[in-house]
Formats: sequence, structure tokens, C-alpha cells
Amino acid sequence: MRRLKAQIIDQDGFDRTTIRLAHEILEKNKGAGNIVIVGIRTRGEFLAHRIARIIEEVEHTKLSIGSLDITLYRDDLLGKLEQPELKGTDILFDLNGKDVILIDDVLFTGRTIRAALDELIDLGRPRTIQLAVLIDRGHRQLPIRADYVGKNIPTSSQESIRVHVREVDGEDAVLLMHPEE
Amino acid sequence: MPLQSRHLLGLDGMTRDDLQLILDTAVSFREVLDRPIKKVPPLQGKTVANMFFENSTRTRLSFELAERRLSADVLGFAATGSSVSKGETLKDTARNIEAMKVDMVVMRHSASGAPHYLSRVIEANVINAGDGSHEHPTQALLDMYTIREKLGRLQGLHVCIVGDIAHSRVARSNIFGLITMGARVTVCGPATMIPRDIEKLGVSVCHHIDEVLPSVDVLNVLRIQLERDAGRLFPSIREYHNYYGITRKRLEKAGRTITVLHPGPINRDVEISADVADGEHSVILQQVLNGVAIRMAVLYLLSTQN
Repeated sequence: MRRLKAQIIDQDGFDRTTIRLAHEILEKNKGAGNIVIVGIRTRGEFLAHRIARIIEEVEHTKLSIGSLDITLYRDDLLGKLEQPELKGTDILFDLNGKDVILIDDVLFTGRTIRAALDELIDLGRPRTIQLAVLIDRGHRQLPIRADYVGKNIPTSSQESIRVHVREVDGEDAVLLMHPEE
Repeated sequence: MPLQSRHLLGLDGMTRDDLQLILDTAVSFREVLDRPIKKVPPLQGKTVANMFFENSTRTRLSFELAERRLSADVLGFAATGSSVSKGETLKDTARNIEAMKVDMVVMRHSASGAPHYLSRVIEANVINAGDGSHEHPTQALLDMYTIREKLGRLQGLHVCIVGDIAHSRVARSNIFGLITMGARVTVCGPATMIPRDIEKLGVSVCHHIDEVLPSVDVLNVLRIQLERDAGRLFPSIREYHNYYGITRKRLEKAGRTITVLHPGPINRDVEISADVADGEHSVILQQVLNGVAIRMAVLYLLSTQN
């Protein structure tokens, strides 16, 4: 069991952060014309839909949104104690030549993103892949960085970050948890 | 929840949760088969030996493709021209293959129970690709997957298996799997092809196909072994076709839409007429495609159990 150490982002903060991320994405890409959105299952998928909705409202356009299940590309798949459930990748549009905005909740070791990049490249040849995360908590094990960061949170590697989203957890929040006891 | 067994030997006794897990996992792999690059890395570094002691084209190719699409290394083995023809026992053959550090063995054998025996003498995971007239679990799984894909469910459906039930491992595995998943199963064929007491498996028996068709949702048409059975289990091919052949006329008379499966290879205009095999209710080619996804799911679930 992990105990709560602090709430880092509350509902209002959550909304402000996703709005800011959406605008940064638009600013850097000079509009939504060539953008597609891909969220990493499961929390990243919900964030992807939030950010996409904001971009669609601002730009009066419709975006292609997909979900990525990176399980098959994990580097620890054969050593995991528990078999991860496959939820499936769901990208029903062409990635070739697109600017893919890859969205996840927390950037930590970078291994999830490595797996996601490998899977995306097997699905097509995007013009660019840009990474947006709600939280960057440091402790990278691979040379990977995010293009858009909601909040940088320095943590110890034993602590953990929990991102709650309304769709599954009933609230939008980011929680910092004590190390496992 | 991982599968309860380290091996896939048969569907007899398999839980509904395990069947469901395999069918659901196969959905993810079915999606992989639609990608431009139809290959994913989860079995990188694993070696799978395909030991086919009995002829097979479709099942062997399907397994091989599934293994390669999961990035496994694949060892092929055919009984003809190997040490088996020099009198080596199954145990020795398997032990020698295992000594080469093989992680999984896919086996087809003419003796019922051969893969069960193998699973007791070697460490690798064993997958039964058909043993005698006993079981052919991946065929039944791909049949169930295809039915579920087409009709959205298995629970409550009425499935009729028509043909040589007595000698069919496909029929047996289908019966076990379908009943566990809540379907109703009828077997149909001449009395020479229906084993006595088959009702004990929970199925109904029917000898007249036209009687059962009006209540059937799915027909699984088994292949007739022409060379072996004509004149022995039934008088002539023409007579079999007249009484049990699935024709468009027959299906129309039933007055409902019936999905038609066949495990292949088909004898056109014997157990199934060409216009049904190629018609809009046939899912025979979907079965072939789904077979790759099902085998990927089984290989994946067994190899990542830890």
C-alpha cells in the first residue's frame, strides 16, 4: 500500500494544464492542419481525447484520434511477474506524412515512450512525432525527452505519481504517493 | 489473469475464463494483421519447434506465420525424411529437439494423446495442432472466434456440426468449447459417423439435416475423407451429397440466414456445394485469417505466463 504524500494538481489545475498543452501544440505546429493525436493506453488515451477536444474547439476542425497499446513492444514483457492484459491498438488512419502528437500521462524512465515510438514507426512514417506529457518526474533511463510538459515534478525514484482522470477514477487530479511500505 | 495451464492440449475441461481470454486476446492480434508491417516483437528470442508427424498444410503454415509475426525463431520439422523414419521414439525426438533450447513445441500427431504425453516428458510449452481423432483446439478456437466476429456472441447460439463426427478432432474440440461458452450444439450425419453416447457430451443428435436447419444459426461442415470413407461409412459420394451436402437450395428452404463454416480443405460439391462455399454466408476464408490471430494469441499467452 502506498500512502498519499501530496496532491500536486487539482481539478482547476488539471483543466488549465491541458488547455495550455493544447495551445502549445497549436502554436508550435502553426495550427492543426497536419496534426493527428495518439494516446498511450490507458490514461494517455483519455488525456489525448481531452487535448484533442480543446484543439478542435479552438481551430473549428475535426482531428483523427487513436490509441496505442504498447504491451507487445515492452522490453520487460518476458520477465514480468504478472501477464499484462492486451487492450489493443486502435489507429484507423494513415500516419504517413503526419505530425503525430503522442500523449501519455507520466514520463518516467522513458521505456514506455521507446516502445511507443517503435510501434508507431511500424505503423507508418510520420513527418514528426512530438511527445506531450502531463507530468515529467525525471529518472530517465533512455535518451528521451518531451516536447510539451504539463508540470515537472522532482520525485525520488521510490515515490510514485498517480494520475486520476474523470473517465475511470471519477476525478481529475495528480497525486504524489509515498514509497511502498 | 493468465491461462491456467502451461500447455494447450485440448478444450476439454478448459474454463470459460480461459476461452474468453484467448478469444479476446486474438482481437488485438487480428488488428496487427491489418497493419502495413504485420509483425510485433513479443516473442523475440523465443524458439518454437513445429513438429508435424502427420501431413498438414494449412495448420502448419498458419502456425508458422503466427510465430514469425510474433518475432519468434521457427524450427520446422516433418516426420518424413527425418529420424522418425529411422525408428526413433517420440520421446527421444522431442528430447533432442528440446536439447537445442526450444521454448515451445507445436505438435500434430496421428496418435490421440501424443501431445499430452509430450507435455509430461519435456519442459517446453506444448501446443496441440491436432492429435488423432481426439482434439484440434486451435481450429475450434478460430471457429468460435469467427462465429463471434460474425454474430457478436456465442451464448445462446445453435451450432450444427455436420459430417463424420466419430473421426473428427475438429468436432470434438468444437463441442467442448462451444458448450462451455453457452452455445447449443447439434451433431448431424449418417449413423455410421455418429459415435454412440455422444449425447453425454451435452449435444443433440440428428440424422436428417433438413429437420435441424430451420433452428440453426451456424453450420460447421466437416470434410469428408473421400479416399477413406466412400463405400465404407456411406454408400457413395453422390448419396452423401444428396442427404448431407450443404447446398443453396437446402439453406434457402431453411428460411433463415445461416453462417457456414468449414475447416478445409473443402471437397466442392461433396459436403458443400460450390455456390455455398463461395456464397455470402460462407466465412471459410475469414476462418483462415482468424486462425493466424488465434494462434498468435495462444503462443503469446503461453510464452508470457512466466
